[in-house]
Order: sequence, then structure tokens, then C-alpha cells
Amino acid sequence: MFSLENITRIIHEWLNSHFNPTFALLSEFILVGLASITLFAVLGLSLVFMERKVAAVMQIRLGPNRVGPKGIFQTTADTLKLLMKEGLVPDGADKFLFTLAPFVVMIVAMLILAPIAFAKNFQIWDINIGVLYLSAVSSLSVIGILMAGWASNNKYSLLGAMRSGAQIVSYELSAGLSVLSIVVMTGSLSIRDIILSQENGWWIFKAHIPALISFVIFIIAVTAETNRAPFDMAEAESELTAGFHTEYSGMRFALFFLAEYINIFIVCAIGATLFFGGWMPLHIGHWQGFNHIMDYIPSSIWFLGKTIGLIFLIMWFRWTFPRLRIDQLLNLEWKYLLPISMFNLLLMTLVAIMGWHF
Amino acid sequence: MLNEDLKLKLTEILPTIIFEEGGEWLNAFIPPEELVSFVEQLRYSEGLDFDYLFCLTCIDWKSHFTMVYHFSSTIHRHNIVVKAKLDRNNPEIETVSDIWRTAEMLEREVYDLFGVKFLHHPDLRRLIMPDDWEGWPLRKDFEDPVNMIKL
Amino acid sequence: MIEEIGRTTEGDLIINVGPQHPATHGVLHLVITLNGETIKKVEPHLGYIHRSIEKMCESLSYRQFIYVTSRMDYLSSHINNHGCALCVEKGLQIEVPLRAQYIRVIMDELTRIASHELWWGAMAMDLGAFTPFFHAFRERETITDIMEKTCGARLTMNYMVPGGVMAELHPDFQKDVKHFIQLYKSKFEEYNELVTGNVIFQNRMKSVGVISKEDAISYGCSGPVGRASGVICDIRKLYPYDIYNKVEFDEITEKEGDSFARYVVRLKEMQQSIRIIEQLLDNIPEGDFQAKTKAVLKLPKGEFYQRVETARGELGVYIVSEGGTTPYRIKFRSPGFSNLSALEHMVKGLKIGDLVAAMGSLDLVIPDIDR
Repeated sequence: MFSLENITRIIHEWLNSHFNPTFALLSEFILVGLASITLFAVLGLSLVFMERKVAAVMQIRLGPNRVGPKGIFQTTADTLKLLMKEGLVPDGADKFLFTLAPFVVMIVAMLILAPIAFAKNFQIWDINIGVLYLSAVSSLSVIGILMAGWASNNKYSLLGAMRSGAQIVSYELSAGLSVLSIVVMTGSLSIRDIILSQENGWWIFKAHIPALISFVIFIIAVTAETNRAPFDMAEAESELTAGFHTEYSGMRFALFFLAEYINIFIVCAIGATLFFGGWMPLHIGHWQGFNHIMDYIPSSIWFLGKTIGLIFLIMWFRWTFPRLRIDQLLNLEWKYLLPISMFNLLLMTLVAIMGWHF
Repeated sequence: MLNEDLKLKLTEILPTIIFEEGGEWLNAFIPPEELVSFVEQLRYSEGLDFDYLFCLTCIDWKSHFTMVYHFSSTIHRHNIVVKAKLDRNNPEIETVSDIWRTAEMLEREVYDLFGVKFLHHPDLRRLIMPDDWEGWPLRKDFEDPVNMIKL
Repeated sequence: MIEEIGRTTEGDLIINVGPQHPATHGVLHLVITLNGETIKKVEPHLGYIHRSIEKMCESLSYRQFIYVTSRMDYLSSHINNHGCALCVEKGLQIEVPLRAQYIRVIMDELTRIASHELWWGAMAMDLGAFTPFFHAFRERETITDIMEKTCGARLTMNYMVPGGVMAELHPDFQKDVKHFIQLYKSKFEEYNELVTGNVIFQNRMKSVGVISKEDAISYGCSGPVGRASGVICDIRKLYPYDIYNKVEFDEITEKEGDSFARYVVRLKEMQQSIRIIEQLLDNIPEGDFQAKTKAVLKLPKGEFYQRVETARGELGVYIVSEGGTTPYRIKFRSPGFSNLSALEHMVKGLKIGDLVAAMGSLDLVIPDIDR
């Protein structure tokens, strides 16, 4: 059966048999780098296209259907257009920070890609503090946003960036606590261990009620962290121009735009890993026959399917709900989500100690 | 209240009132100086309670202006039309915007289009025309060789 | 779209909202004085779409001026025409045949539903939900298709003339309207689930832009804005015209006077309009669709005032005639003008996000205000 770990094993053996180990390692670095950049480009393009088609279906229209068969080259055309636009730097803007900001956001997105397991034994870096690394590095994107708002020399960009920053930093708390509740059940921060511990069933089924609450809070928190509707007050056109990326055009805007969709993919991948087992097929306890059948479907398909399901859910939110006002947004986090997630963490710990899970 | 009772009551309030016949509602002509005291009575006295000002406009009869106020009562459901004759060369009248808040914008519109000055209005300036427009558009003698076409 | 244009002496920010808007409303220009995020003063600047309709009508005959009045409140153009036709008929004492009266009322109610649909889509879009806009336009397209078959136009219909209506109904009219009513009833539940019952919408609309009953009367608010504050002002019930005194429908009032109350009033009004159409649709009598009138109409000397209930409120048509073929002075009392004057009172002390919700709930159409 086709499996990604075979490909990596073949390449690894081929390189090591033909060259000396250091050179093989270096060329593996380069290959992985190229692969992740390609992944980013492909992901960015496909996710934007998916969003437009999903939006169209929910709004009873067709969506892009002219460029390429069924419109699949629409995003390529849009990216080409953005690349060819003039990249303006506003007068009085801090040129270095202005240019650096989109790259910071992009780099953070790429760094987070490292510990995510796409298929069985197909992970760039299985660090033993996987989940902690993810939370820590994703916080760095706030710096990129604040940089963008400040360096634009525009009062409204600054206001938008401040609001975005406040929103992201607040919702990281709830997201972190939800993630922590699963770590309590697993006993390990490493991504590989978390997935392997779901061999007899996904955590959302095994640790029933607390995991469900965690999942709901996690989804709300990551929608807010990625500045998606219904939490996109910072970029609402009818109220505050376009937020922190108002002054950006051309290539730099394309980077922000793509980085937003990559972020969505990454947080959904994390959600799929923690709550739905990542690449682990659906196993039910010790039913050998059923598990064996489930194993026939390659693990990469399981992972992609779960992630795309969560991405669809987040897109569904955007086209259904209106926006929250900024004070209602922060109220929701500090007065409701944070106490609930703290209580849920205690509940999950109780469940773990007493063994009230499957 | 019926028209006849209204006529009696209004003549009590202001003896110099003149009634015009043949309209759907009671038409009352009053001298412009008495406007505020008269309409205050209309608004606040028992049995009249005209609390809804629904139309405020001006008509340019070439020799004079006539201010027209349409009042209605949400309690008794009667209507009345109050008219005041203004001098064309110096049209001035008291504002009623402290009794009915809707008059604020309506009077600004009449000022903008006819040039009638409303004394003690909180903020009398042009509303619809650009701020530096010369002339009063809705007057019958308004000429604009650029924008108006005469057939 | 929002840009700073100055600071007051205390350091408050003065910003522009408009005149170009992402969602309908037309060209409304508001100059807002802000202290931080709190609104201190709102000043509307009008006149961007002033076409001096009142002056134009002084040189148009009584049959011609109907065409110009469709363009005032273009979302309820039938009702505008209806009001003007009724005023002229009042002056000439014309008796409109019963068939024409039925047709006029059915067209009015269809227009009311179409206008409220567009309001609903645009209001949801202002608050950030993009999907209801498309759903609303799907229903509105059905209505404009029905109108197009009979009247020949989709937006500015010019169908009602002094004496009746201009042309006979299309043979498919009753079938189409019945199909529309069925479609509408099944979709109305969706509207409630998607928007009305949604907690986020309710939180953004409740207690936002409150206006009390006394203030509503003082500011001259009519239509759904007045009714949401408890003012009884439905012209169809108070001063009925055509056959409104023979149909059964409820006047919807609410007590709170906030944006959510205005929202609920309009939604329930759509249902009442369906009720009216159902009562009339199968019973349209046979007969003439237009009364016989002279070719050139001359109103006798005098003044005539007619009020009708448009989707926005009370439209008043005031004609002063000197006996000629053209009116001496026409004044249109527009509902949006008075509703807009209440905006500042409603939003003082609230945040900018609330201004958008309050403006959306007022349902302003600027050509109606500027004339």
C-alpha cells in the first residue's frame, strides 16, 4: 500500500549509501525545506480556492468557475496578479519593520510546521516538548502583527493591530488550557506520544465530556486567534478599513493573505492531532477485525480528511455568524471561556486520576 | 374633536385667527408673531394635544410667502393645518424646534430652499445644497442659466 | 471610508463615515465626533443625490410627475406612485374601479415585502454576516420577476396612474404570486433560525439605539421605527385608502424601541403583508383597470394632502394647485427625513459598532431623504 514513510526511508537509504553521512544530512535538510515551501504554496492556493467555493455553495451561487477546469487555477491567477502589483511603502513608514512584518508572520507559520505529523513516521521533527513548542512559537506571530500596524504610520492600522494583538493574546490562554487538558490524559507533550496513545480510540471519544468541552473551547479560541469571523472585528471593512494590513499591497499583502490560510491549516491540524488522533485511524477499543479494516486506509488520508473537516467547520462559521463587537469579544474570553476552561482542566484531571475514561 | 369644536377652542386661544373653508382639514391663518405662543397652546393644552408635526413647508406666492404647518394628535386623532403669511423681502419667523424636535431639520430645509430665517434656531445652515451656494432654489424667481432648462 | 478630518478643542476626534458605503444605504455622509470609541455628536450631511424633484414637478403635468416620483424611495416605488395618484384623484374626485383598487393593494404589499427583504439582507451584511444577503435577494428576485411581467420594469415601476393602473395584469400573475407565497412561507423559518434566534445578532441589536415613545413622536418617526417604540402610526389602519378598510391584518407594535424591536417589527410586517395578499388574490373582481379620465388633467384651485404607508413610514404628498395643468407647489413629506433626525439622539454615548447597527435598523434610503 502506498505510504509516505516508505518514500522517506528509500530516500534516506539512497542518500546514505551514495554519499557521506554529513552530506546526506545536509541534502535531507534542503529537501525538507523545499518540500515545506512547496507544501505551503500548494496549501495556500488550495485553501483559498476551497474557501471561495464553500462560501459560494452556502450563498447559493457558483463561485469561481472560469479560470481553468471548474476554476481551479483562480488562486494562481490571483497570486500572479498580486505579485505584479506595485508594492508601495507609505511615506513616513518605518521601512525596515514594514518589510519585515509579513516575513515574521510567514516564518512563524513555517516553524510551527515542524512537529506536525502528517502520516505514520512522517514528521519533520519529533521534539519531546512538541505541544509546548507549538504554543510558544505561535505566540510570536503577534509580534509580526504589531510590527505591521506600527510601521504603517497610519492611525487606523495601529488601532487595528492593537485590537488584533489584544484578541490573539487573550484567546491563547483558552487555547492553551484546552490543549493542556489532553496532555493531562496523555502524560506526554510529544506529538508522537499523543497520537500513539490514541491507538485504542480518539481522545474525543475516550475522555468524553471534558474532551468535548475542551474541543468546543479550542475551536472557538483558534477561530479568534486566526482573526476569522465571527471574531474579525479588526478587519471589518464597514468599520475600520482593513486593520493592520491596510497599507500593504503587492507581494507583501500576498504573504499576509497566504499566512492567514496557512495558520488556519496548522491550528486545524493541531486540533485533529489532539482530539481526533492525527494520522491514527478510527479504532474502537480492542475490536481487532474492525481496527484491521480501518488500517487499510493510508494514514495520510486519515490526517488530511480530519484536518479538512475541521477547516470546513471554521469556514462554515465565517459564512453563518455576524461579527462580535470588540468588547463583547474580550468579554467572551475573560468572563466565560477562561473560567470554563480552567474548570474543565480540573475536571479532566479528576477523570484521569479516577480512571473514568475508556 | 370635531372641526366646529376645534374652531371654537382655537378662537378662544387666539382671537385674531382666520379660518379658511373648503379643505380636508381645518386651515387656520395666524399672524407670524403669534406663532410660538399659539402652537405651544396647541401642543400642551388639554383636549388639543397636537404632539405630531408631520409636515413643515413653505409656499412662494409671488407677492408673499406662506409657512404651512401640519399637526396631528396621536391621542385624539384630529388634524389641523396652521398657516402664517410672511413678507417676501424679509421672511422671518420663530422656530418651533424646541417643542417638536423634528422641526430642526425640516426648518433647515426650508431655510436652504426658500431663505426663510428661523429665529433662535439652534443650528441654521444649509442642508441639501452645497454650503457655498448662492440663491434660494425653490423660489419662483430663481434663475440658474447653467443648470435650469426652460422649455 | 473612515478618515479623520480634524480635532475639536478638547481633543476629540472628528471622522467621516461615507458618503461611499460598502452596504446599500446610498450616499449618506455622517460627520461623527468621537471621544475614544464613544460617540459624542453625529451630524448628517445631505444633498449628494438631491435632484430637486419638487421643483421639477412644478413644470410637469399631473400625468408626467408620477414617473419622477418612483425615483424617490426606489425600494417602494409602487407605493410612491400610489400616493401621488391618490392625491390627484382626491383633487379631481375620480372614482377608482374596484379591480384597480385590488391590484394596487396587492402590488403595494408585494413591494413592501421586497423592500423589507433587501433591508434584512443589508442589515445582516452590515453586522458582518454575508450569507443572508444572498438568501434575501433570491426571494426579492422572484418578486421583481412577477413585477416585470406585469409592469415592464423591475425597480421604478410607474404602474399606478391617476384613475387606476396603467395596464391589465399579466395572465400568469395569480399563479406566480401563489407560487411565491408558498416559497416564502417555507423560507421564513430559515430567516428566524439563521438571524433572529442567533445570540450574536441579538447581543448586537438589543438595547442599541433606544428611542422612547415620546421622543419618537417628537422627532416625527413613523413606520416601523415609530411602531417599535409603541407609537400607533400605521396609515393603513388610521386613514385607510383603497380597500385597506376591508382587509384584516394586525398592526405590529413593540415596546422597547431598540434595534431588535425595529427588526422584529419589520419581520412580522412581512408576514402580515402575506396575509393581506392571500385575502385579496383570489377575489380580484372583474372590471376596468382604469377609470375614464380626461386626457389633460387640471386640478381645481386648492390644496390636497394624501398620506400613504411606504415600507419606511408615512409618505405625505401635498399638492397646491392654482387650477393649471401643472402643480403650483408639491411637497413630499419623506419618512426617512424624520427618521434620520432621530439618529443622533439614538446613538449618543454608544460605540461605533453600535452606530452601524442603529443605522441599519432605521432602514434609510437616501434618495428618499434628499429628493
